Amino acid sequence: MNSEQIKDKSAPEGRSLWQDGLRRLRKRKLAIACFVVVLIYFGLAGFIYIAEFFNWKVGPVNWSQEVGEQYQPPSRNNVFGTDIFGQSVWRKTLYGAKISITVALCASFISIFIGVPLGAIAGYFRGFVDEIIVWLYSTLSSVPYILLILAFAVVLRDKTLFGYKLTGITSVYLAIGLTSWVGICRLIRGEIIKHKERDYVLAAKSYGCSRARIIFRHLIPNVFHIVIIDFSLRFVDFIHAEVILSFLGLGEATRPSWGAMINDARIELSRGVWWQMMAATLAIFFISLALNIFGDALRDCLDPKLKTEQR
Amino acid sequence: MTTYIIRRLLYTIPIVSGVLLLTFCLFNIVGGDMSIEYAGKNADAETIAEIRHEYGWDKPLFLSWDSQFIDHFKNALTFDFGRARDRELVSDKIKRGIGPSLALTVPMFLGVLIISVSLALVVAFVRGTKLDVLVVVICIAGMSIPYLSFIMFGQYFFAYKLGWFPVFFSPELSIPEYVTLPVLIGIAAGLGGNLRFYRTVMLDEMRSDYVRTAFAKGLNARRVLFKHVLKNAMIPIITRVVLAIPFLFLGSLLLERFFGIPGLGYLMVEAIGSRDYFVINAMTYISAILFVLFNLVTDVCYALVDPRVSFE
Repeated sequence: MNSEQIKDKSAPEGRSLWQDGLRRLRKRKLAIACFVVVLIYFGLAGFIYIAEFFNWKVGPVNWSQEVGEQYQPPSRNNVFGTDIFGQSVWRKTLYGAKISITVALCASFISIFIGVPLGAIAGYFRGFVDEIIVWLYSTLSSVPYILLILAFAVVLRDKTLFGYKLTGITSVYLAIGLTSWVGICRLIRGEIIKHKERDYVLAAKSYGCSRARIIFRHLIPNVFHIVIIDFSLRFVDFIHAEVILSFLGLGEATRPSWGAMINDARIELSRGVWWQMMAATLAIFFISLALNIFGDALRDCLDPKLKTEQR
Repeated sequence: MTTYIIRRLLYTIPIVSGVLLLTFCLFNIVGGDMSIEYAGKNADAETIAEIRHEYGWDKPLFLSWDSQFIDHFKNALTFDFGRARDRELVSDKIKRGIGPSLALTVPMFLGVLIISVSLALVVAFVRGTKLDVLVVVICIAGMSIPYLSFIMFGQYFFAYKLGWFPVFFSPELSIPEYVTLPVLIGIAAGLGGNLRFYRTVMLDEMRSDYVRTAFAKGLNARRVLFKHVLKNAMIPIITRVVLAIPFLFLGSLLLERFFGIPGLGYLMVEAIGSRDYFVINAMTYISAILFVLFNLVTDVCYALVDPRVSFE
């Protein structure tokens, strides 16, 4: 991290929290394998973005192309068979990764941008500001999570806000992001309250740092590993929430997503067409499994003392 | 003690008004006037105006004694949620749905609780062995399978293929007949996460000094597990259980949708489909009230049970 630091050869080299955590993480082969799986999903989503931008003629981008008869069972040519329109289920599954990753990433960014500053401000200033922010998140958390997301998604769908029409996945990630900052806000607030009394904050104060500088340059970088851990674990919930919203008809309507595929499969299953269902399930299963295991490992390595609900 | 309860009750006032403010912002300000959509495509201006008047969308938002803001609070506090899009009273719809929902969620909840707590005790006892690792792996795998897939494959195999259970709800079926399969699926889907949570709770207890003392004085494993560990692990278990109760009234959105059970989850799905804000608003408010109430009950129970919790 601090590559410019002058190294004293005689003294043992110090390690930062991150270097220490990564060293521990590297010893866990399973966690690294899971991280690779997650990277593959991200890479796939990024690749589809690039391919769409440059209009490359590759499989996943041409998901709407007919590749055969309708409802072909899995074969050598079509790994997961075809759907009602004769489109390749394999291509649709790959394309669905783009939708899911986009939704989960945007939702994460929204909730980090709301939750982290609010938590830090509440924890640092306490008093009246703290009470307002605590009131805000206790209000949000007293409505059951799934109901809250649904209410937001229903209301935001096809609305025009600030001259921008919220279509498809935009309303989905807005709904998820605007409702799920509570957890991270609570964690950050608690941690900032502890860190506020540390010496480095006192030192920063004695230099005459402004309060904004103390919070954003000193305190937040020191508790930021909590954000990383929390979101590696919460990413799974976002992906599953997107699936449920798409399934209920609140998500992307024109392009394939895993939730929409499962919704299609609802009618197909009674005809014995199981491959579309299987493809979407497996796609969700592998990224969830990888994120669950990797997130747990990351937490154990970066902050063994942190206790979140599931361990 | 009385003052503690009163203070705790007073604290619910800002939370409840916060929830009301939230639902007002969502459904009246952002959501707003739905009369054109409700009236349908070929409605004339008169019908639209009539619908607008009936649902009160022609009133000012704030700044009047007869504003939507005042109405929203008044209606919520008197539990009068108006009429749904099909002109039926929302409260009637909710009353009708609560029975089937509870018939589904209560057995499901108890099943998950009993199975996962007893399995967690066993797993905590064999901790560190291959069996323990296997159970954890199965739990994580179970958590990673989407809920929808559990339901759809369960319905497909056990109801459609094997024909052991009815595929769909119909009014002449008795409650156990149509509820059994959804309950079993719900238990299977919920087991992973719950077992993992309770295992952690039990492991925390197993490391305590009193367990070592109990073993040291020669008690057998069964006695230590069921008399000592289970009793001490009760506090986190009870918290989780009590806070889960309000969710039971909500029913299960997806299970009810798939099996056509006419409960509150189904009502909610229908309301989402027809963009019926009144039903969604009522459900949000009622579940928030229940949550706040049960939170209060938990806190008071804590204060009663644990003398270390101070009333200050």
